[in-house]
Amino acid sequence: MKSYFSVIFTGAWSLIIGLKVTIKAMFSPIVTVQYPREKLVITPNYRGHIDLIKFEDTGSHKCISCGSCQRECPSDCIVVKGEKREGVKGKVLTVFTLDFTKCSLCGACVEVCPTSALDYSNEYELAGGTREEFYYDILKRVEERE
Amino acid sequence: METLYSIFPELIRIIVCAIGGAVIVFGNALVMGYAERKLAGHIMLRPGPMEVGFHGIIQLVVDGLKLMGKQLVVPAKADKPLFMLAPLLAFAPVFVPLLILPFSDKLQGFDLDIGLLLILAFASINVLAILIGGWSSNNKYSLFGAFRSVAQNVAYEIPMLISLLAIVFMTNTFSLRETVAAQSPVWFVVLQPLAFLIYIVATVAETNRAPFDLPEAESELTAGFHTEYSGMSFSLFVLGEYANMFIVCSVATVFFLGGSSGIPLPYFEYSGAIWFLMKVYALMFFLVWIRWTYPRTRFDQLMNFCWKYLIPFSLVNLLITVVVVKLI
Repeated sequence: MKSYFSVIFTGAWSLIIGLKVTIKAMFSPIVTVQYPREKLVITPNYRGHIDLIKFEDTGSHKCISCGSCQRECPSDCIVVKGEKREGVKGKVLTVFTLDFTKCSLCGACVEVCPTSALDYSNEYELAGGTREEFYYDILKRVEERE
Repeated sequence: METLYSIFPELIRIIVCAIGGAVIVFGNALVMGYAERKLAGHIMLRPGPMEVGFHGIIQLVVDGLKLMGKQLVVPAKADKPLFMLAPLLAFAPVFVPLLILPFSDKLQGFDLDIGLLLILAFASINVLAILIGGWSSNNKYSLFGAFRSVAQNVAYEIPMLISLLAIVFMTNTFSLRETVAAQSPVWFVVLQPLAFLIYIVATVAETNRAPFDLPEAESELTAGFHTEYSGMSFSLFVLGEYANMFIVCSVATVFFLGGSSGIPLPYFEYSGAIWFLMKVYALMFFLVWIRWTYPRTRFDQLMNFCWKYLIPFSLVNLLITVVVVKLI
């Protein structure tokens, strides 16, 4: 008999506490982000697909077309080609493509790069209608970048 | 000609009442549908509908249009006449109680001596609609939802009736207008707080809303009794549910919160309806609030709560009320 009444009071009290929690939540600010209109700032540590770094001093990338990343890549998704040119020391990069559909984002290419020319991009809006949209031309990206 | 003159004002009155009832049913569904989603959103720290119109204000209109455009699918092995009848049966009876609700001193369709009985009788048709809908769908989820609904509604009608009966013993009338008039100094919520509490709990169960939404428990029964319904026949169930919420909250307002009484406004015979609607929507807000606060009860807990707590307490409350009324 005693527990019959104590259940009523403890139960009712817990219900009141519950109501208090939700009414507080109702008047607290909204935490969801209205995505296409508002966007969160992505942390610099975010590991998207790879990109060549554009250096301020030379205004270009530092890739020497050695092909280490291409050899290191476990998914075989990087293609690097370079050529010798008259009057230029070393090779000149002509092709640097990434097949992102196969990339496993392991980062071995970034680790192995002897000149530290590669980095991860902050790209996360990666929706596409066709497979070809994910064949990135990394060289074109670095030339077009501001 | 003489009889025509006497009939004519009554006809006008009937037509105005019918139109007013329809406006309340559909307007209430629009307002509550929007408010429910918006409040649910804010309780979950998200904004709710935001895209259609300013802060999603015409979302419900668009949803209504979408539902009207959808196909009415009847399952192959369903009992077709009953399947089509059930949503109508859920929706049509809600108009009758609206005719006799005293929105203010003069804004009332008809004042009947048996007003309360009429409202309760028509409110309980909803159970029949759910049972027919669940049975005729020929779907085990629907059938389980219907069974639960009937068990729940039959059980929770008892404390609801007994708690209102305590008020009837105090006022000695079933008429809604006289019940409102009897509360001119103090509202009955002050004199009968326990009856009010029991009534509110019972109405949550009667309208099949969370935490007592066992008939449509999504996690167990997909959508319960309206699993097989689509388009307009589904939305008639929803309209009926919101209209029922409005009616039970109006009855609570009439019997416990003093109806249209409040701080006097100009033309109070009519503008009392503002107070009435404010009280009704405050109660509806409370129902929405508890829906998004409490988890769903288990079925045995639901039944235990009714038979072991609500009914004994309402009976004791009625007994005390009767004794006190007799002594005074």
